[in-house]
Amino acid sequence: MTVDTAPGMAAPEHTLERARRRSERGRLAALLAPGLFYLLLFFVTPLLVIVLYSFAATGDNGRVEWRFSLDNYVTLFTSPIYVNAYLRSLWVGVLTTLICLVLGYPLALFIVRQPPSFRNTLLLLILIPFWTNFLVRTYAWMILLSNNGPINALIQAFGFGRIPLYPSEGAVLVGLVYGELPFMVLPLYASLSRFDFTLMEAASDLGAGRWRSFRRIMLPLTMPGVAAGSVLVFIPTVGQFVVSDLLGGAKVDLLGNLLQRLFMRSNPPDWPLGSAMAIVFMLVLTAAIVWYFRATSREDR
Amino acid sequence: MSSSSAIELHDVVKRFGEVTAVDHVTMTIRDGEFFALLGPSGCGKTTTLRMIAGFEFPTSGEIRLHGRSIGNTPPYQRNVNTVFQSYALFPHMSVAENVAFGLQMRRVPTPEIARRSQEALDMVRLGGYEERRPRQLSGGQQQRVALARALINRPEVLLLDEPLGALDQKLRKEMQIELKNLQQRVGITFIFVTHDQEEALAMSDRIAVMNAGKVLQVGTPTEIYERPTCRFVADFIGEANFVDARVTGVERAHNGSEMPSVTLETPDGLVLRAVSQSAVAPGSDATVSVRPEKAFLTVQAPTTNPANCFRVTVHQVAYIGSDTRIIVRLGDDRLFDVWEQNSRSTLDRNEYWQPGETGFVWWPAENGLVLTE
Repeated sequence: MTVDTAPGMAAPEHTLERARRRSERGRLAALLAPGLFYLLLFFVTPLLVIVLYSFAATGDNGRVEWRFSLDNYVTLFTSPIYVNAYLRSLWVGVLTTLICLVLGYPLALFIVRQPPSFRNTLLLLILIPFWTNFLVRTYAWMILLSNNGPINALIQAFGFGRIPLYPSEGAVLVGLVYGELPFMVLPLYASLSRFDFTLMEAASDLGAGRWRSFRRIMLPLTMPGVAAGSVLVFIPTVGQFVVSDLLGGAKVDLLGNLLQRLFMRSNPPDWPLGSAMAIVFMLVLTAAIVWYFRATSREDR
Repeated sequence: MSSSSAIELHDVVKRFGEVTAVDHVTMTIRDGEFFALLGPSGCGKTTTLRMIAGFEFPTSGEIRLHGRSIGNTPPYQRNVNTVFQSYALFPHMSVAENVAFGLQMRRVPTPEIARRSQEALDMVRLGGYEERRPRQLSGGQQQRVALARALINRPEVLLLDEPLGALDQKLRKEMQIELKNLQQRVGITFIFVTHDQEEALAMSDRIAVMNAGKVLQVGTPTEIYERPTCRFVADFIGEANFVDARVTGVERAHNGSEMPSVTLETPDGLVLRAVSQSAVAPGSDATVSVRPEKAFLTVQAPTTNPANCFRVTVHQVAYIGSDTRIIVRLGDDRLFDVWEQNSRSTLDRNEYWQPGETGFVWWPAENGLVLTE
């Protein structure tokens, strides 16, 4: 009788393989568990709470009524206060990003062209705003821009009248650009430092002047840096409220300011509306991140 | 080959701060030539090429393209194109887009661009590769795209910076032939930079040998190899034996050779006879350069009584396969290379020279060249 040894030998090997895989999966689960638990507790749960609140309603006395209502979302998309706040926030975000781009790209380009030792010094200088407290920076701008400040002193020295520089939308922009510029410069620098400048010589050799070489060769190839920098500037800018509060006063009401008011400052606070606002805000930012990933992975394809 | 000049350099100097990269270079490159700039790293050949291309401007001196001064015009205004060492293909564009780029910059109408792109790719045998990306191509294919991208613009001169450096040995030999054929088909001047002297000798119509920013000699491969004008050129191109000696006598040219015969004596008493390209004065110090393949090693002194014949001892033997390279001890303590072709197929070790054996190394006078630099 012939005994087929193959299946007979495979059986113990097969079980061994399965056991090995099971232990690997177990190990993987054990490694992931703490992280997942943390995310579940501190991210997913609060998020669910906010989503729940966003569909609740606010009674006249300010207390939360637990019935399903789309009133909050309706208010957000119809009431001019909120719609304007969104548009203004988006506008400030876009404007800040564009200014940072226009200022940051030449700056990053300049730094990349320097000898390595000098490059590090320059990058360090760009990062200096990070080392000072965010509030302190903003107060510093308030002093600089105030009616008795150095800039107005200079203007008066030239014979002009005092110009109220802040509170204003312009002051908010200055404060924002100042704080966000490093976030634009660093990704651009990273992208440019990997850029092969011989390609610019090749473009020049083939008849492209400086602008066309930039537009057709450098810009497309540094798009990941542009996308990264833009998203890193846009997202915090759209949601921030400190700079607009201090440098813009009541004139500049951004999303962040409204959120702050709904949750903390107003009496009574309106948590459902605030939650709805937060959700919409999150969706806008998610759209921006998706765009970022699309813009960067296109290069890898 | 016409006699008009494609590129003229007049006393061109290029300084980078304290460093003089190109030191008063004057030369003429003829129309339709395959011209090489050859030299060791740092000799200034690449800087010279970049000045012809327009990526650097001369510190002083003039550069002319078909008679027109171009020294300070930017690259995009010169009718000269470059094939870069790294090919510099635009990674975010297809092969077709890369090749069409120059024509797009000149705003050539689209249908003409399409037609000429097709022609250019066919010329480098890459028809059908239009939609590929550069990273999908092999090194040799990338180089051919770079060639097509440059030649499609019908430049007056094509510049190539170490074009074969990145290719493996076999591909390099193939591309040498292909480049040569391409140049003859297209008919324009090719100027290429290389540190590989074998490549320069094989491909060029004329070579300029450079060192430390200066052009030492310009000539055909034969002229450079057989008649180097200075020790550096004799040493850099191929191999050579150098024997230092003092001139003891000069005879007028005779026997149909146009070069005077020179007699020299070494410090250790060897009497050499050689030829010289320039006038030498008796009593002056000089060096005799003898190429290893032009000296012969025999057991007995030949009966023909050659001009140079010395008893030697074999010091070292290297079997290269196609030839045997023998180092002999000549005179007091001098090592001398002799190369023999292994024209007989034999495994008999006695057929080959062994260290310790004695013999005679000899060569005719015209195989030794007197160098004074």
